[in-house]
Amino acid sequence: MLAKRIIPCLDVKDGRVVKGVKFLNLKDAGDPVEAAKKYEEAQADELVFLDITASHEERKIILDIVKKVAACVFIPFTVGGGIKTVDDIRELLSAGCDKISLNSQAILNPELIKKSSSRFGSQCIVVAIDAKKEDDVWQVYINGGRVRTKKEAIAWARKAESLGAGELLLTSMDFDGTNKGYDIELTKKVSAAVNIPVIASGGAGKPEDIFEVFNIAHADAALCASIFHYDKYTVKDVKKYLKKRGVIVRL
Amino acid sequence: MITVIDYGMGNLRSVSKALEFLGAKVKVSSSVSEVEKADKLVFPGVGAFSDCMDEVNKRNLQEPIKDFIKSGKPFLGICMGLQLLFESSEEAPGVEGLKILKGKVEKFKMPNLKIPQIGWNQIELTAKGKANRLFNGIDNEEFFYFVHSYYAVPENEDIVIAKTNYGLDFCSAINSNNIFATQFHPEKSQKKGLKVLENFITLTTG
Repeated sequence: MLAKRIIPCLDVKDGRVVKGVKFLNLKDAGDPVEAAKKYEEAQADELVFLDITASHEERKIILDIVKKVAACVFIPFTVGGGIKTVDDIRELLSAGCDKISLNSQAILNPELIKKSSSRFGSQCIVVAIDAKKEDDVWQVYINGGRVRTKKEAIAWARKAESLGAGELLLTSMDFDGTNKGYDIELTKKVSAAVNIPVIASGGAGKPEDIFEVFNIAHADAALCASIFHYDKYTVKDVKKYLKKRGVIVRL
Repeated sequence: MITVIDYGMGNLRSVSKALEFLGAKVKVSSSVSEVEKADKLVFPGVGAFSDCMDEVNKRNLQEPIKDFIKSGKPFLGICMGLQLLFESSEEAPGVEGLKILKGKVEKFKMPNLKIPQIGWNQIELTAKGKANRLFNGIDNEEFFYFVHSYYAVPENEDIVIAKTNYGLDFCSAINSNNIFATQFHPEKSQKKGLKVLENFITLTTG
């Protein structure tokens, strides 16, 4: 049986892992290569690196990190942040990452999803959606949560799938960094609306939250950051808990 | 020397990095002479069946790959590198595969299943698989990393060394003489995946 995946997420800024609350108040959370090794050892199923500033300088840093991680970590890893062209994607893939995550550019230039998935395969194109609830609908935001778009999250999820996305990385801006659990309602709706895997993100604070996002919201994978960065729980702790409650995990 | 065939598709770097990490001498190449010279050949690949076949044909690699396999030296196909060994695929009607093995490639069609299958799934070793050198030190029901929408259906069941369940039981690894192939990605399957690659590296012919 296919296992539910636990994916630690490393937000990278100036070559360091950072973590904020609702996308603000960033705090240092360590060296990315060391963190990657630590998580692999603890049975993480994949890793995600988000280059959260994505300036030109940062681009070189992230390529360097990708190369270092690829040399010593043997689980799939995804890189996102500031990716604008098919050439950017080619450069990241040849540096050694397995998938790339498109967010702002997917909205601004949906053709990029189509072009990149037909060139590199859907399996390596993840579309990230940052959503915030406003008057009973989930609005899509871009530029790291700074710019509101006219898109509604569930319709956009369907559109991204039809353009060739292989997976969706769905982040609730309302729940991100709060440790109060995932946005179950949003995740459930998106997961039911598409036929590709959905990675839920934003809000994990304890193992029960991850159980719920799998069991009630039907997410295929759970992205976590602060719950692991500060060693509150290890990936293994969470998997043992899930296994006890009947969830299929790789241990 | 292990040659990893570079035909412009797929994440070759992760395969070569994993082999290098295990101490193997690796050459990533698309040249006919590097394929001919290799002691072992690795054929990775992700992407679409027809695109992959186009790229193989563009580089005139079809005959060298077949000659290498005839030589009896160990060959490892990964993911699309397994599927291309067969005759045809539902992904690309009318496009011929390498036709080294008899059988076809079909699409997952069960309702309520997310496609592609992405993630860690277990392999069920067949009786032949339990004794197979590729799975030395690998337990039954071990998890490996999969990313695919299609799976191979070999005509000869005897070559199946592992099966995996995703809506149905499909063939997740094969061995026929010197041909080894996995639908999963050993290079992305952490320690157990590295063990499979190590088993391949240390294979001796015959």
